[in-house]
Amino acid sequence: MLYRENGQFKTTYRADEQIFPIAQDRIFIAALLAFAFLVVPLTAPEYLFRAILIPFLILSLAALGLNILVGYCGQISLGTGAFMAVGAYAAYNFQVRIEGMPLVGSILLGGLCSTAVGILFGIPSLRIKGLYLAVATLAAQFFVDWSFLRIKWFTNNSSSGSVSVAGLNVFGLPIETPAHKYLFCLAFVALFALLAKNLVRSHIGREWMAIRDMDVAAAVIGIRPVYAKLTAFAVSSFIVGVAGALWGFVHLGSWEPAAFNIDRSFQLLFMVIIGGLGSIMGSFFGAAFIVVLPIVLDNLPYWFGIPIDTALASHMTNMIFGALIVFFLIVEPHGLAKLWSIAKEKLRLWPFPH
Amino acid sequence: MGFLLETIIGGLMTGMLYSLVALGFVLIFKASGVFNFAQGAMVLFAALAMARFSEWIPKGLGFDNKLLANLLAFAAAMVVMVAVAWLIERLCLSRLVNQEGITLLMATLGITYFLDGLGQTIFGNDIYKIDIGLPKDPLFLFESLFQGGVLVGKEDLYAALIAAALVLLLSLFFQYTTTGRALRAVADDHQAAQSIGIPLNRIWVIVWSVAGFTALVAGIIWGSKLGVQFSLSLVALKALPVVILGGLTSVPGAIIGGLIIGVGEKVSEVYLGPHIGGGIEIWFGYVLVLFVLLVRPQGLFGEKIIDRV
Amino acid sequence: MNKMVEPAAMTAPTVKGRRIGEVILEVKNISLAFGGVKALTDISFNVREHEVRAIIGPNGAGKSSMLNCINGVYVPQQGTISFRGKTFSHMNSRQVAEMGVARTFQNLALFKGMSVLDNIMTGRNLRMKTNLFQQAIRWGAAEREESEHRLFVEKIIDFLEIQAYRKTPVGRLPYGLQKRVDLGRALAMEPKVLLLDEPMAGMNVEEKQDMCRFILDVNDEFGTTIVLIEHDMGVVMDISDRVVVLDYGKKIGDGAPDEVRANPDVISAYLGTSH
Repeated sequence: MLYRENGQFKTTYRADEQIFPIAQDRIFIAALLAFAFLVVPLTAPEYLFRAILIPFLILSLAALGLNILVGYCGQISLGTGAFMAVGAYAAYNFQVRIEGMPLVGSILLGGLCSTAVGILFGIPSLRIKGLYLAVATLAAQFFVDWSFLRIKWFTNNSSSGSVSVAGLNVFGLPIETPAHKYLFCLAFVALFALLAKNLVRSHIGREWMAIRDMDVAAAVIGIRPVYAKLTAFAVSSFIVGVAGALWGFVHLGSWEPAAFNIDRSFQLLFMVIIGGLGSIMGSFFGAAFIVVLPIVLDNLPYWFGIPIDTALASHMTNMIFGALIVFFLIVEPHGLAKLWSIAKEKLRLWPFPH
Repeated sequence: MGFLLETIIGGLMTGMLYSLVALGFVLIFKASGVFNFAQGAMVLFAALAMARFSEWIPKGLGFDNKLLANLLAFAAAMVVMVAVAWLIERLCLSRLVNQEGITLLMATLGITYFLDGLGQTIFGNDIYKIDIGLPKDPLFLFESLFQGGVLVGKEDLYAALIAAALVLLLSLFFQYTTTGRALRAVADDHQAAQSIGIPLNRIWVIVWSVAGFTALVAGIIWGSKLGVQFSLSLVALKALPVVILGGLTSVPGAIIGGLIIGVGEKVSEVYLGPHIGGGIEIWFGYVLVLFVLLVRPQGLFGEKIIDRV
Repeated sequence: MNKMVEPAAMTAPTVKGRRIGEVILEVKNISLAFGGVKALTDISFNVREHEVRAIIGPNGAGKSSMLNCINGVYVPQQGTISFRGKTFSHMNSRQVAEMGVARTFQNLALFKGMSVLDNIMTGRNLRMKTNLFQQAIRWGAAEREESEHRLFVEKIIDFLEIQAYRKTPVGRLPYGLQKRVDLGRALAMEPKVLLLDEPMAGMNVEEKQDMCRFILDVNDEFGTTIVLIEHDMGVVMDISDRVVVLDYGKKIGDGAPDEVRANPDVISAYLGTSH
């Protein structure tokens, strides 16, 4: 009743191919963006920004990047944490070593360094496939972990690999309060989501999906696997690198290599799988799920008034987390994005049953 | 020269222990096409079970004989691992038949988190000891050839021998028994195997139990060496390059891969490490595997994949 | 044999004879082996421009392997392939596509994760020239290019009569329609030579008639050379100009359909005698 497409006829291909072809969707997204940009910064409590919104935004950006590689191009990568680390430390070096470097510049340059590393570690994907590739990407993870710990130049000669940044500002406007940080991240995320969506619905996106679905047939119709795979790695690592720089600069303030270790890589992979492979929106759903779940699980005993020893609580959180992952994969292997599109299908018919 | 030999022998023995963990991966992959990331958690879980049972059983039944305690604990731990195998098959695997590889991989990651939490909830999270009577004193070999002899840990030596025996047993099992053949059929194609009457569910329980058994043996050996603590589950991350190097489906590959990586790690750490900052063990195995895969994308002994259109 | 297939554009040999041109594709002494298995042994034949060339033979004769060699999927151990006078000892898939050779597949090889429209659009990839940045911004050059190629693809969709399914994921379509999408994807490449690997396998009579009509229309209207692997003898005899027969990787016949039909080696290969 509310969600009908009746009367919405498209007369140009351009109209047919827009991101949100149904008017109700466009209204909904516009409202959501307006709410996110205008209402939230003025009304949300500080805790919400720090613990949920900012991590959610940055991690959805990283998940978006990973989804391009794993979901759209089908190359399994277990080393995403490493690319975040490269972005963060590279941005740090640009910011600290070059006098007067603008913040946005450092972050983007950090992303570019991550792109270079991404392309380098993407080269094996030209020969290696599937699980073998997954393990090869772990080489990137552990090597990068080690580099930022042991190669002093990267961390401005810090002994433990930990670095910190302060006094962030964009063209003179300071970014100090959580609300400012939130808006800064939101701007990045909104922009990158749009660019990513444009890419995946263009011919490069189709090339990625062709390589994922059937790479021999893709080669026969003239797609170059080398170009497709390396651009997937490049674009993915750029986005992940920028996310890493944001994580370090905006969310953490000071960090050491362990912030981007293999647990982070697994966390991002969970987000992408649970959110939905091959779906931009899915990356956001997955990130929301993974960011909010531990907080809920940690606080659940207190809400029910049952005091539990913290060690036990963290073990139980692990158990529930693991069980939920498995449950989810059994019930909907295509992720939350699929559930969302099923809900929309049902909404089209509402209030009729069929 | 003596020192080099010592390093190499040490590496070989560590390598043997990696192979022991790698075996669990290979077994499950060979029989079900599932890459079981939870193998490390299974090693830890098994080791915890063994450690605590060997404490609780003598206390509960009121006797003092260490050998008996260990045997009973082993049996009890084995029962627990079979139960775990059955539960995993029933609750997870049977419902994920024919899903894509990455979904199964993620499911095993979920199982990892679950087992980690469960093990520490049931068995506690201190550091526990396993003592199965492996002598811990050092052995000096080749004293006539090198001054002072070459130092070899007796415990490591026994562990390596046990691992080798286990590997031999399992290779024979896969090649020469009907069950072994059935397992290989299942690994090739679940549906086809099912259609010729191979009972998929039972096979999977068997495989995961055997993998559980290897996890238990690995857990006991590693636990006896390092003490049973959370970091034991990270041993799996050490064993992964071994699995890939050998080729995901090859039992002899797991051994040879283990030996290569064990020696490579030790030698590179001792001779290369000091020049570039030290601590290179964490990535050496992985980078080595990366280079091998570039030359042979299916690992040293894996099956070649031919694309057909 | 089966005479119920009566394609609309069934013309007399002389009309076709006038249109057939020079040799456009030639394979010489191709041998291909996988380990100990010899898939192809010393195969040589040519294809003339604008003709419909059939490749027939029992299952396992090496027909698909031959096409795979032409497309660069397999690399033959011996022999050469010439296209428009240029000779190669092995083909590079991208080069072959750029030279104007397109292909459909026996087992479909469609991109299951994409819709019909997207699958056919992938066939246009060689002609889409905007770079990553233009595509990321979309507004302007990339959008125009997308609409342009969408127009071309829609013409193919009209031709193949699959308009109703354009946004459906291909995995959900029945087999016959998937085969049309496969053909559409090949046609999107605007090929000079179209290699069709059993395009009518698994189809009923009406579907075969439709498929024949499409193939002959393509050959007539665009002058596309067709190389066709097919098992339905009625179709082969009716629509092809010349036929090559393979058996156990060797060539056992080559010529006009009637010649080949009377060839005793071909008859024994199909009816079966002890080898």
